[in-house]
Amino acid sequence: MKKRVFKCFTNYEKEEIWLNQMAAQGWHCVDYFPCRYTFEKGEPGEYTYRIQLLDQVPTHVESAAYLEFLEEAGIQAVASSMRWVYLRKKTADGPFEIFSDRESRIAHYRRIIYMLLPLGLVNLLFGLGILGRWEPINIFNLGGAVLLAMPMVGYYRRIQALEKEGQIRE
Amino acid sequence: MPLEEQGALTEAVFYILLTLHKPLHGYGIMQGVQELTKDRLTLGPGTLYGALNTLAEKGWIQAFKSKQDSRRKEYIITDLGKSVFQRELKRLEELLTHGKLVNGRKGL
Repeated sequence: MKKRVFKCFTNYEKEEIWLNQMAAQGWHCVDYFPCRYTFEKGEPGEYTYRIQLLDQVPTHVESAAYLEFLEEAGIQAVASSMRWVYLRKKTADGPFEIFSDRESRIAHYRRIIYMLLPLGLVNLLFGLGILGRWEPINIFNLGGAVLLAMPMVGYYRRIQALEKEGQIRE
Repeated sequence: MPLEEQGALTEAVFYILLTLHKPLHGYGIMQGVQELTKDRLTLGPGTLYGALNTLAEKGWIQAFKSKQDSRRKEYIITDLGKSVFQRELKRLEELLTHGKLVNGRKGL
């Protein structure tokens, strides 16, 4: 049995939590298209889900090598969207975290911020009429800038908290 | 010693260098570290893959050409990597010696 759910997230960590809540109810994500999730009914809690932003698009050689390495480790990529990949691992095979130390976690947050920042800036400039002539429709650019800024602030706070901890622990 | 060459290695890097004293592929490193630390340390695949690339760039490890045609990329530690590893061992030994000294003294 399959079902489709339409839902949009701006923060990938909240998205992860939701995917795992769905999995706990036996709904396992098998496909993703922006704001559209396809779930397949299975054993509750069979899989743990994680989302990662890759350095390169999934078809790039580097990413392909990484995804192959994940497969060896029992981790399956169920979907991708631009540079985002949706990963899952059988819960019975043990805990599943993509990053196991502070440095790599910070690097991942930074990678996301660097991707969002130019998009946010362009939207802001159009939204304020600094780029191009301002039309009422540009209000959507302002909205976009705010939508992009919110997760960026969230990730930035996570980085700061991690860096603070990094001052006393390796 | 330049500032960049001082300081502790991350736990992930330390165990990667340790396990790569014999050729291993990524998943082999993960399993090796898990066994050695009795599941205390599980390297995340993202962390491990990133570290392998960085270490290869620094020349501390290199791709290992195995005789049997293997799809999986194996790595091995280089001489440079070994010297970094030995230096870290010395540093850790110093910490351990001093730590034990405190333990031996009473009423500190």
